[in-house]
Amino acid sequence: MVTLHVTFIDKDGAEHSFEVAAGDNLMDIAQAEDLEMEGACGGSCACSTCHVIVDDPDKYDAMPEPSDDENDMLDLAFGLTETSRLGCQVKMAKEIDGVKIRLPSMTRNLQAADFKGAKKS
Amino acid sequence: MAILGSGPAGFYTAYKVMQGIHEAKVDMYEHQPVPFGLVRYGVAPDHPEVKNCQDKFTEVASSPDFTFIGNIKVGQDVSLKSLAIHYDAVVFAYGASMDRKLGIPGEDQLKGIYSARDFVGWYNGLPAFSNLAPQLDLSDTAVVIGQGNVALDVARILLKDVDSLRTTDMTDQALATLAKSKVKRVRVVGRRGPMQVSFTIKEVRELMKLPSVAFEPIDQNLIPPDIPSLPRTAKRLTKLLMEGSMCDMAHAEKSWALDFLLSPIQFLSADGTILSQIEFARTKLVGSDPFESTASVEISADHHSIPTSLAFRSIGYQSEALPGMSGLGIHFDTKRGIITNDYYGRLLSPTHEVHVGRPLPGMYCAGWVKRGPAGVIANTMEDSFATAEAIIADWNDKAPFLGGGNGWETLEGEIAVKGARTVSWEDWLRIDAAEKARGKAVGKERVKFTHPHEMLNILD
Repeated sequence: MVTLHVTFIDKDGAEHSFEVAAGDNLMDIAQAEDLEMEGACGGSCACSTCHVIVDDPDKYDAMPEPSDDENDMLDLAFGLTETSRLGCQVKMAKEIDGVKIRLPSMTRNLQAADFKGAKKS
Repeated sequence: MAILGSGPAGFYTAYKVMQGIHEAKVDMYEHQPVPFGLVRYGVAPDHPEVKNCQDKFTEVASSPDFTFIGNIKVGQDVSLKSLAIHYDAVVFAYGASMDRKLGIPGEDQLKGIYSARDFVGWYNGLPAFSNLAPQLDLSDTAVVIGQGNVALDVARILLKDVDSLRTTDMTDQALATLAKSKVKRVRVVGRRGPMQVSFTIKEVRELMKLPSVAFEPIDQNLIPPDIPSLPRTAKRLTKLLMEGSMCDMAHAEKSWALDFLLSPIQFLSADGTILSQIEFARTKLVGSDPFESTASVEISADHHSIPTSLAFRSIGYQSEALPGMSGLGIHFDTKRGIITNDYYGRLLSPTHEVHVGRPLPGMYCAGWVKRGPAGVIANTMEDSFATAEAIIADWNDKAPFLGGGNGWETLEGEIAVKGARTVSWEDWLRIDAAEKARGKAVGKERVKFTHPHEMLNILD
């Protein structure tokens, strides 16, 4: 079995590298290694709490495109970028061996503006 | 620390505080006999994956430093004041238990008008609504007033083939009632336009993919001319609304529509008892950018009526103050429906502006009672983590807290709880196991108990 490599960059900028197998998804890897990644819906593409940012645009392009369902959930993620993905939907593969993944901070400096006219659900 | 409320706000706050303060002990109070709040009673039965957060909550609750006290009404069975003296901190995380009303003629008098919140509680087995008995056979058209995710949940439950709901944890009573429903068309009506809707794309896509259900195309004039230039979320949602449903009107058994720019004026009845039509005033988007999500409307003199005998009001939930709050110096902002706080989650005394306010020692809030009844579980998670971070920071900075004590250990002995029987976490696990066993017998995840006495009978 081929060993692949992934590096997570946590919200403080520290890097954590691991050897993983093809098919392992980023959420499972991060949680198994006790990194700060939530997964409220347990990896079923029904929330946005495992939101990650792929550090290298080329590696992002090498991944299969997100489905409509994943994009629908990404729409709700805070701090969405051009290379954002849901960790539970990204499986390690040799095409993305060595990928660096940034973990966005779950909380932010909440401002008064966040509470005025907030979008209701 | 006492946490009032056992929904996502309470549990995510407990999770982070217990992670950040090693000596933390949490007592969680809940007025229902069972935990989880809207995760159990609000999330739709056909969205079971959303309920997976319960696994994390159960993990938190399994800690020896966590105590669950269910079936107790704080402010009634025990006063807030006599609870608070046994803790270093109290976190208010009790959400929004009320419904926003329209306040228009006929709303309370006529039959056939339901609160969406009550309807959702009813099909989810919330004991307070077990006698709702909605009449779904008086009208082939249902009107839902409001354009948020709750409105779309109501529409979807009315439009789905009832057989597809039989494997969910929807109550048998609701399944039987839906089986007799005559509803074929659902109109989801909003005061503003498509660029101001509150629902999110996942819920729309689900409706668009329903077999044999068609979506009435929307008026192109309400859509901005240059869709690709819109920000991502607006662009994707607008494109989906324009694409419409997989099933077309010609092949549809049922249909739904989004009606925009209508503000309800009154509910009317031909016979004086049952609703027969809803009268609306047409509205107009005003301001510099009518396609902006915060654009407002003005009411015109133009009217429009929709004939129906089934209406659902879905314009938002509302929080209320707990008895005894003002006695502790806590200010509930009735206008905004939240407890006055510093946006991180520290309660503030009301006499000061937010940013220079004096926090009330040891008092915090999380979830909808902190920021308003809006947002999905992920928003509440983020919000609760912020409250937890504030608590941890304050504890580490040796900020003033409440007097401290032994919490429920002492309180349980003190309060004379006439006839009330509190429910422990171990008790909940027995109720949970009983519901799952009932479900297994009929091929479902669980069959919920819909009356507290049924739950307590399992225990005694």
